[in-house]
Amino acid sequence: MNIFLPILPEISIFISAIFLLLLGLFIKNIKLIINLAVVTLILAIVFVIYQPIGTAFNNSLVNDEFSKVIKILILLGSLASIIMYHSSRKDLNIDLYEFPILILLATIGMLVMASANDLIAIFIGLELQSLTLYVLASLNRNHLASSEAGLKYFLLGALSSGLLLFGLSYIYGFTGNTNLNLISTTVAPGNIGLIIGIVFVTSGLAFKVSAVPFHMWTPDVYEGAPTPVTAFFAMAPKVAAIAVAVRFLIVGFSDVAFEWQQIIIFLSIASMVFAAFAAIAQTNIKRLMAYSSIGHVGYALIGLACGTEQGISSIVIYLSIYLVMNIGVFSFILSMKYKGEHYENISDLSGLYKNHPYYSVIITVFMFSLAGIPPLAGFFGKFYIFIAAIESNLMLLAIIGILASVVGAFYYLRIIKVIYFDEEKHSFDGFNHKSLHLLIHPSAFLIILFCLYPLPLINIANYAANAFY
Amino acid sequence: MSDLPILSIIIFLPLLGVLLLSIINSKSSGGERNLKQTALWVSTLNFVISIVMLINFDQSNVDFQFVENYFWINSGISYHIGIDGISILLIILTTFLMPICILASYESIKHSIKEYLIAFLILETLMIGVFCSLDLVLFYLFFEGGLIPMFLIIGIWGGDRRVYSTFKFFLFTLAGSVFMLLAIIAIYMDTGTTDIVYLLDYDLDHSLQYIFWLAFFASFAVKIPMWPVHTWLPDAHVEAPTAGSVILAGVLLKMAGYGFIRFSLGLFPVASSYFAPLIFTLSIIAIIYASLIALVQKDMKKLIAYSSVAHMGFVTLGIFTFTIQGIEGAMIQMISHGIVSAALFLCVGIVYDRIHTREIDRYGGLVNRMPVYAFVFMIFIMGSIGLPGTSGFIGEFLVLLAVFSVNTYFAVFATTGVVLAATYSLWLYRKVVFGSLVKEDLQDILDLSKREIIILFPLAFLTIFFGFYPQPLIDIIEPATINLISNISNDINLTESITQIESEH
Repeated sequence: MNIFLPILPEISIFISAIFLLLLGLFIKNIKLIINLAVVTLILAIVFVIYQPIGTAFNNSLVNDEFSKVIKILILLGSLASIIMYHSSRKDLNIDLYEFPILILLATIGMLVMASANDLIAIFIGLELQSLTLYVLASLNRNHLASSEAGLKYFLLGALSSGLLLFGLSYIYGFTGNTNLNLISTTVAPGNIGLIIGIVFVTSGLAFKVSAVPFHMWTPDVYEGAPTPVTAFFAMAPKVAAIAVAVRFLIVGFSDVAFEWQQIIIFLSIASMVFAAFAAIAQTNIKRLMAYSSIGHVGYALIGLACGTEQGISSIVIYLSIYLVMNIGVFSFILSMKYKGEHYENISDLSGLYKNHPYYSVIITVFMFSLAGIPPLAGFFGKFYIFIAAIESNLMLLAIIGILASVVGAFYYLRIIKVIYFDEEKHSFDGFNHKSLHLLIHPSAFLIILFCLYPLPLINIANYAANAFY
Repeated sequence: MSDLPILSIIIFLPLLGVLLLSIINSKSSGGERNLKQTALWVSTLNFVISIVMLINFDQSNVDFQFVENYFWINSGISYHIGIDGISILLIILTTFLMPICILASYESIKHSIKEYLIAFLILETLMIGVFCSLDLVLFYLFFEGGLIPMFLIIGIWGGDRRVYSTFKFFLFTLAGSVFMLLAIIAIYMDTGTTDIVYLLDYDLDHSLQYIFWLAFFASFAVKIPMWPVHTWLPDAHVEAPTAGSVILAGVLLKMAGYGFIRFSLGLFPVASSYFAPLIFTLSIIAIIYASLIALVQKDMKKLIAYSSVAHMGFVTLGIFTFTIQGIEGAMIQMISHGIVSAALFLCVGIVYDRIHTREIDRYGGLVNRMPVYAFVFMIFIMGSIGLPGTSGFIGEFLVLLAVFSVNTYFAVFATTGVVLAATYSLWLYRKVVFGSLVKEDLQDILDLSKREIIILFPLAFLTIFFGFYPQPLIDIIEPATINLISNISNDINLTESITQIESEH
């Protein structure tokens, strides 16, 4: 029993997924399956919270403070995606019982990623997650853009997995170990083979977190995939992949931090700057959110580039706030619906506040928060990232990051401009959906009131970062 | 009385008003009237409370008063607020202008009045917060947060080019301010705290001071605004609704002036004295250049906007003389400008509400139909020129006196600004008010209504009152200024003696 305790959430989700898969074959009640999947995820959150710290399978999976916090974020992201799916499955023509099950399977992969402490475990977790994500992207089989998104994601994802595996093999070859703790005892500066390995692995991970220059798939996949799937992509897999990168680099290679630090700095600068400029010309709000997520990953990578305790803690703070903002924004995008049809263009929001003043305020709050304007939560995310950067003397990175955030503010403001300043166009009826209310109001509430009492999240982040130091 | 968190009440009372407004149904009969009344009462109540605070304010005490200090983020970053002689007047100015703004918007705002009032009350909270904050992060929160309501006020209720203007306003100020954020973080890293009271006594490393000073300068220079980053101001003023212009000119610009005194001078005295010539040069350019541009404006609001740039040039000039007269002059100039330019924008708004144009050529001979208007408008024009007997004179005179004692050449150039101010102001007044009433649409224009008289007369009274009797202002400002100057000169003298000792060795 003790062997399985550290992986209790994964096992429980796995059993539930298999059971639901069988159930789905015989019962055509999708709502029941969704409800059971939600219960499973909530149960998993409870397990994660009460699970003791420990390791499993010869230290290849560890369940430490960091992985616990990351797992909760992942589970919350999955939970939100399932609720979003429930609200729109009929309109989007994806009324399939496989959806919640695929989300559960991807979640298992991501939970493994969060605690993977071994090269093989990293790869297994990543692949389990990626394969389900490919299927999810092309879930809407009759829709050309969705199939295209799935195929594109699959091809580039497979390439990145190849790069990653290649890098992992180099690292194994030059250190003789697959366990990150053991690897860290053998790394030494100046080992060219090891550096090649690190470069390939970080490139592969950069694909998964969609950092520039490995971001090309993101806008197309975000746009093509059904919106609940896009929301899922923007939330849980990002968190999981960044967690893998953190554990891989911090646990395995903190002794040669200066070797990989410059790679991360480059990825971070490229992502922040590129996303800020590329997003300006977007007309589709899902595509815009794709560029927005690229930019946000760039900021999270600043924390990783620091490689310090403060850096890790700022990543956790940033990811948590990012997750909440995305839950809100994507619930809002799903509400852009009129007579059963979903709208995705920014221009469709034109004059929204005449018809929906309350929801206009809410989306305005999210946009200002994404832009990092105080006193909203998004500001604190950036604030802590920059504290970490300046503490580690990465002044240039901080300056570039903060200037990119000014450019980035422009495209968030553009949405507000369309909502408030332009002529009225549509009235949406999607704001009446009960299950979306469950997501949109609490997230807006958290974003606005975070500034009053930021302590709990900061304590949680410090607790998580404590795992490595 | 002393136990009551009076400052927090003043900061957050408008938010309570927002809550009230949001539950009032604007669609019901009389709903709009209820909204306006509620907002007016809340802001008036806030003004009354702030007057109570002023009465309880101990003028002889140079420390921060009404201090509240609660745990917020961590031991270094706390909710720490308090006021001294420099900030209290700006708070009173804010709470004083706010009911006037709401009253001024009674008829000019045609749609979404509820959102409009909510935006103004949120803005009031943020503006008062800026002047009360004794913590850099808290200050930044309020300082930047103010962008959100102002962005919406200009963008939703503004003129034809409102989108361009509001984006320009937002992005200019944001770009300036983010450097300040980095500097705040760096100060936090260096000292482990962002508490202003602690930092005012702390001697920051001098080489770092220069960088921090420049970062803060980037923010304040855009906000105040100084040449050459002033270009957002005329655009924002022209497109903003009347009350938006009033708040922009009356309070938002003063945040930067306050920032210069409190932070640039208080936290980085060595860097401030090092960069003073830069500020002098930029201020002189601003005064002369903005005045010359004001001379050729066709739009009334734009003219007043450029005159604001010139007047704020006097403020920065005065602050960086490091003399008691200079800083007092700058403070009085800020208060005076807050009253006078706010009133001028209201005057423009009054005629704009009547015939919907701000073009100077479309007016002329208003004195024939609007004698009362012509009278109050004249008072404010004189205040803007700085005629003796108006509040504008006291500020400019003290500043010029201080500049003269520091550097004669700068004083000569600054004085030409006063002459130019007279030129463009009188020109504006002549074109709009004097002459014969020949324009078609002006034939049946009405004089001030009772509401407009209620708005303008307090401002006119204060302009003249402080012109003859500025002592109440000086009584409040002086102790804090003397305290500030003595702190600064200690730091600077210390540095000079250290460099002397080093050079002798």
